[in-house]
Amino acid sequence: MPPRSDPSVMDTRPACDGAFELSATLTASEQDVARMMQICNACRYCEGFCAVFPAMTRRLELGQADVHYLANLCHNCGACLHACQYAPPHEFAVNVPQAMAKVRVQTYQDYAWPRVMGRLYRRAGLSVALALAGGLSLFLVLAVAMSGRLIHPPLAGNFYAIFPHNFLAVVFSIVFLFAIMALAIGVTRFWREVTPACETGIEDKPAIAAARLPAAAEAVSDVATLRYLGGGHGEGCNEEDDRFTPMRRRFHQLTLYGFLLCFAATSVATLYHYMFGWEAPYPWTSLPVILGSLGGIGLLFGPAGLLWLNLRRDPQHGDSAQHGMDRGFIALLFLISATGFALLLLRDTRFMALWLAIHLGTVMALFLTMPYGKFAHGVFRSAALLKYAIEKRLPNRLAAGGD
Amino acid sequence: MASSGEPDVLVIGGGNAALCAALMAREAGASVLMLESAPRAWRGGNSMHVRNLRCMHDEPQDVLVEAYPEQEFWQDLLKVTGGLTSESLARLVIRHSSRCRPWMRRHGVHFQPPLSGALHVARTNAFFMGGGKALVNAYYRSAQNLGVQVRYETPVRSLEIVDGRFGAAFTETGERITAKSCVLACGGFESNLGWQREAWGQNERGEWPAENFLIRGTRYNQGVLLRFMIDAGADTIGDPTQAHCVAIDARAPLYDGGICTRIDCVSLGVVVNRDGQRFYDEGEDFWPKRYAIWGRLVAQQPGQTAWSIIDRKAVGRFMPPVFEGTQANTLEGLAQAIGLEPAPFMETLRAYNAACRVGHFDHTTLDDCHTEGLAPAKTHWALPIAAPPFHAYPLRPGITFTYLGMRTDRSAAVHFGGVPSANLFAAGEMMAGNVLGKGYTAGVGMSIGTAFGRIAGVNAAQSAGFAHPDFKEEFAYATAL
Repeated sequence: MPPRSDPSVMDTRPACDGAFELSATLTASEQDVARMMQICNACRYCEGFCAVFPAMTRRLELGQADVHYLANLCHNCGACLHACQYAPPHEFAVNVPQAMAKVRVQTYQDYAWPRVMGRLYRRAGLSVALALAGGLSLFLVLAVAMSGRLIHPPLAGNFYAIFPHNFLAVVFSIVFLFAIMALAIGVTRFWREVTPACETGIEDKPAIAAARLPAAAEAVSDVATLRYLGGGHGEGCNEEDDRFTPMRRRFHQLTLYGFLLCFAATSVATLYHYMFGWEAPYPWTSLPVILGSLGGIGLLFGPAGLLWLNLRRDPQHGDSAQHGMDRGFIALLFLISATGFALLLLRDTRFMALWLAIHLGTVMALFLTMPYGKFAHGVFRSAALLKYAIEKRLPNRLAAGGD
Repeated sequence: MASSGEPDVLVIGGGNAALCAALMAREAGASVLMLESAPRAWRGGNSMHVRNLRCMHDEPQDVLVEAYPEQEFWQDLLKVTGGLTSESLARLVIRHSSRCRPWMRRHGVHFQPPLSGALHVARTNAFFMGGGKALVNAYYRSAQNLGVQVRYETPVRSLEIVDGRFGAAFTETGERITAKSCVLACGGFESNLGWQREAWGQNERGEWPAENFLIRGTRYNQGVLLRFMIDAGADTIGDPTQAHCVAIDARAPLYDGGICTRIDCVSLGVVVNRDGQRFYDEGEDFWPKRYAIWGRLVAQQPGQTAWSIIDRKAVGRFMPPVFEGTQANTLEGLAQAIGLEPAPFMETLRAYNAACRVGHFDHTTLDDCHTEGLAPAKTHWALPIAAPPFHAYPLRPGITFTYLGMRTDRSAAVHFGGVPSANLFAAGEMMAGNVLGKGYTAGVGMSIGTAFGRIAGVNAAQSAGFAHPDFKEEFAYATAL
């Protein structure tokens, strides 16, 4: 007889002010997480691997908010699956990474803003493809409309001969700010739903206030080092079998820092333009090009490595229905970098307009899908890590077995 | 090693002791073939369910706090076994446990501080990160890297033994596998329900108690080779009814329920049998020191079952059980819900509640809450069971592993008529009874399996002509008395 979680025992805590109301009962995926966590909570062998299990031990039963929180805390490293005495073929059929992944994508969908757009997660791979097609068409058509043609005499890298700077700044700012706003609203809803203030009393307010700063520092460090892709012992996570490897952590770091460097390159260039009146094209040795090139290298090798690992992963890891979302996002990041380098190399030739339109189209596709695709994982997981860092600094009300 | 040709050392089994033996023999330079009866997904026997190693240490050691000196470990072992142990072998295991972890780490085992809810063993036990299956995985990876050949789904039916010398093994399919020496490390007979039934026999109520046992671990420990060795005249040790036997949730699966099916609230309430009667002091000592006697206690009750009864006050004070308890707002309602006759149950609870002398409740010490004038008494943590809702958890005996095994000495050699075999060795559950005649203390099974697994591997390699490069010193330390 498999353990049962009792779906009738719902979250009986008072709703938080402003809490985002989710559905009243647990979905099948959420029930599956609750069922497995009941087994894990009675076992606890995996406590050393990551934050999910210590967070679990602070709870006797899981409401929907707890399930959402733990699902976003899980990094899908795979360590607990390979170490699990209750994993299939055991009749308890515990596969925590897979159950968490199924709930995780559902939380992205549920907390998306506007909510109707959350449906895009159901076909996240297709969304990326459509956004890419749309972005490419838009800029190719605009290039022709604004400058009359895609192939032209060399323009010495002067992008603004094709698209005026202010036009680009306005279009990308609007889309980017919308994406940021949508993600911010979504993660705020998530935060309110799972916030520790809900499950602790007024007497914990000072402790929470005191915890905030060190907790934030820890969360930033956990994200910056991708600590939980380290397997608890630092040897890394699992890919195709029970062997630990730092590969995913390394490739993910290349991707993350590549992305941040590219973002920094754009920010520096914007400052150059508006503050100093220095207009593109910038020389190869300029800060924007150096930052962009370093970032671009990260965004070539990082996503390529992640895709290579993703294709070799043990099929039991994660949710195979999300391959489209994962691989679409990885491919898009790779394309942004590849088209960026193509543009850099060809900016002095007659193909500049063509490659400028292609590059801008792929960047637009990323911006469009940011709040409705894999990008959201970074935002939600960071929030979950911050919540965990706060929560672990609060007194544990349970004395379960600690006696 | 080449996949064809005779291996120097044959290791029969696939759990911790077998892996330790295979790794040591391979380190010595011998070619090694391991035969695991289970398919790959179930490899590792009971080791996939373990979680820690009981370790002697004279000062804090990475994950281990304070000290756990040899003498204290020995006294603990003496206490739980009631003297049914061999002092020289027990001390060997104890001293070996103080120095073996660097070797375990080299083969990929990670240790971690004690799990939440297990702080009481922070001083005595080193926990495996991820538990026993992670340890088993690490050893198999290391074995593969070193070139140990492993065959899964290859149960061995019998051995060819001439004048106490191992000659060959015969698999279930009739294949004859020869080797220069052999280590037997394929477990006790706990999974063999027929043998258990026969060993426990029929009680005065006409019941066959073992029919109601659950097996906490692997289904593959059928005791085929243990039976073969007994019939072949190997010297044995232990009583077939002695085992690591715990009271677990009656709803656990027949096999492989593992750690999560334990019930940790016994000391916080009362335990009644099918007749609604209490039968033992639930508060005799801290639960981690008593859990290993409750399996036998329940086995002696009618129907080999009992119920742990708690009230609201206990909720959240014990490790959350995997199955939800039966809940009711009145004790009478609870008795009905679990199918017990309400009258005797109510009388037991009334008498218990009336006998409670509540002082200062503290579950972290042997507190002064006790009963007066009640038999059996509850000597600590005795609080009236009066705060609804009430919860009941059904109990059954859960067998972890059996202690009947082969008699051996410090060499781990199998003995025939008091004479050690030159090339046949035993390790793990197959000989743990030399150290554990009865009783149990957490993590000691792994201490025994690791010590004798390594010794058996070294000696099997030795008898095939290979000397282990650096075990001599460790062994000398472990055996210096």
